Amino acid sequence: MSVDWSTSDVAGDDVPAVDLTTVDVTGVDLTADLGPNLQLPNPLMTASGCAANGKELHRFGDVAQLGAFVTKSVKRDPQSGRGTPRMAETPSGMLNSIGLQGPGIDAFVEHDLPWLKSVGARAIVSIAGASSGEFAEVARRLVAAPDFDAVAAIEVNISCPNVANRGLVFACDPASSTGVLRLVAPEVPSGIPLLAKLTPDVTDIVPIAEAALAGGAHGLTMINTLLGIHIDTERMRPHLFGTTGGLSGPAIRPVAVRAIWQVHAAMRAGRIPAAPIVGVGGVRTGQDALELTLAGASAIQVGTAIFNDPSAPWRVARELRDLLGQRGIPRYRDLVGAAHQN
Amino acid sequence: MTGRDTGVCQATARVAGNAPAAAYRHLTLDAPGIAQLAQPGQFVALTVGGPTSALLLRRSFSIHRVDPAAGTVEIVVSDAGPGTAWITRLDDGESVDIVGPLGRGFTLPDAPGAAVLIGGGYGSAPMFWLANVLRENGFAIHHVLGAASADRLFGAELADPADELIVTTDDGSQGERGWVSDPLPGLLERTGAKAVYACGPMGMLRAVTEIATAHGARAEVAVEEAMACGIGVCMTCVLPVVGADGVTRMSRSCVDGPIFDATTVRWDAVAGGRVAVPADCLGAPR
Repeated sequence: MSVDWSTSDVAGDDVPAVDLTTVDVTGVDLTADLGPNLQLPNPLMTASGCAANGKELHRFGDVAQLGAFVTKSVKRDPQSGRGTPRMAETPSGMLNSIGLQGPGIDAFVEHDLPWLKSVGARAIVSIAGASSGEFAEVARRLVAAPDFDAVAAIEVNISCPNVANRGLVFACDPASSTGVLRLVAPEVPSGIPLLAKLTPDVTDIVPIAEAALAGGAHGLTMINTLLGIHIDTERMRPHLFGTTGGLSGPAIRPVAVRAIWQVHAAMRAGRIPAAPIVGVGGVRTGQDALELTLAGASAIQVGTAIFNDPSAPWRVARELRDLLGQRGIPRYRDLVGAAHQN
Repeated sequence: MTGRDTGVCQATARVAGNAPAAAYRHLTLDAPGIAQLAQPGQFVALTVGGPTSALLLRRSFSIHRVDPAAGTVEIVVSDAGPGTAWITRLDDGESVDIVGPLGRGFTLPDAPGAAVLIGGGYGSAPMFWLANVLRENGFAIHHVLGAASADRLFGAELADPADELIVTTDDGSQGERGWVSDPLPGLLERTGAKAVYACGPMGMLRAVTEIATAHGARAEVAVEEAMACGIGVCMTCVLPVVGADGVTRMSRSCVDGPIFDATTVRWDAVAGGRVAVPADCLGAPR
């Protein structure tokens, strides 16, 4: 198979023969180490809610070649989501107010998970709930699925901002964060890592990270969106149907780097237990992915950039690999948190 | 992976033409993969501002027409903000990232007859290509083009001489004074048309749906919902649509549309630039 890393035309009937699942010809090892139960051939993932459940994005690149495919957060029952407008473009980013639209866990298990398995994707299933009991029930039904063997990890979305009651953002409170993880962890077989997804919209993210790990999380995904509002100055009312929305895109990348930095620093100092961090927030290029890695991320998710460029996850993987190749860095995982040493 | 047939292309398209058309710009883009695949009613999604642009979201445009032999895709762009303004300023030879063809196109009725094609503003952009396809399939074409004023009309000169053309403007500056839906009842009665196609603002589409239904005609409408991605992953362009099972779902206009059977759209939920979730929608908040 010829490998052409230079092309960026990942689409249609012109999909290049790029294999991101193996050590590449220039000798750069992209393997991502997220603990003993989650070793990935490369660190690039989709971000939850930015790639639906795979079929649509698979038209632009092979989702099985990604380090992992992270699904849209699924709750117990079908969710209509909110009315529209659901989004507003902002400088280098956007606000979204989808409201966790989705089919519910039973339909997900029946339709989406088998498809992800059929194409050979490593699925990281994002779960959500309005109560810790709902999180646990979603996890239980997922684990019972015939195709559960396609699930590489479970991401516990305790930080979705688009809920009716801000008090329901579990990741704004250490005890609530611990509470959700404590109920989910017993439902999930050992060997399936739990990643707690955190919000940066807190006074101090380190105690939240510590609380999630104490509840049974094996790793952390940082960051979810930041809460924002856009006002329609013509109509003189909030633009979004749901008033508030989650801010994402390159505009929030420095916030992601800061959050990852703070939590990784606390781990290095032994103030909280060490655990892998999956970095997410505004990644658009390979250099952005490298920045989050240097702050302490062991793998990288691409989210809003997909809306701009549906082949972004694969392109970022190539750019990251090329960047390391040019710098003569043989192993990606050696760079995790490297900026803390210099 | 090479040779995978996914029905959609992402390409760097060269601008082959950018000409004024009334208040709009008519762009011709070299995108052979898309030109060969596209059907009337489908759309394309363009990035704006280049790879480091602070405007991240794609802008979606109904395809005006394609020339598969020349490999070109044509769109009509209205300068409605900084993103679309950037597109209207593209010069010949410049490049733009394009994804398409996207969405479901118009469908043709089983039996030929008269067809009424309605375009509000530059919503008429896909209608002349559709008219050609319908005419080739034995339909008699009746165009209704409407706009607020003469300068906002698009394509009156593009209608085939064999087709009927009715023009309306809100201010009477061209054609009949009034709304684009005003001539519709008389036209449906006179022609007996059972096929109606419409593209334009939501209020217009709702009016067309009600008139067509009252006259026993089937209408297909091209909806215009704000989209971030155009490819089905962002979930922003939804509207409530009744499925074959009678259940209302928040459906993505980019993959389930943008062409919908007009009677399946829950127009009752659309008001004042917003679309609410009907209480009987699947998964509606309780």
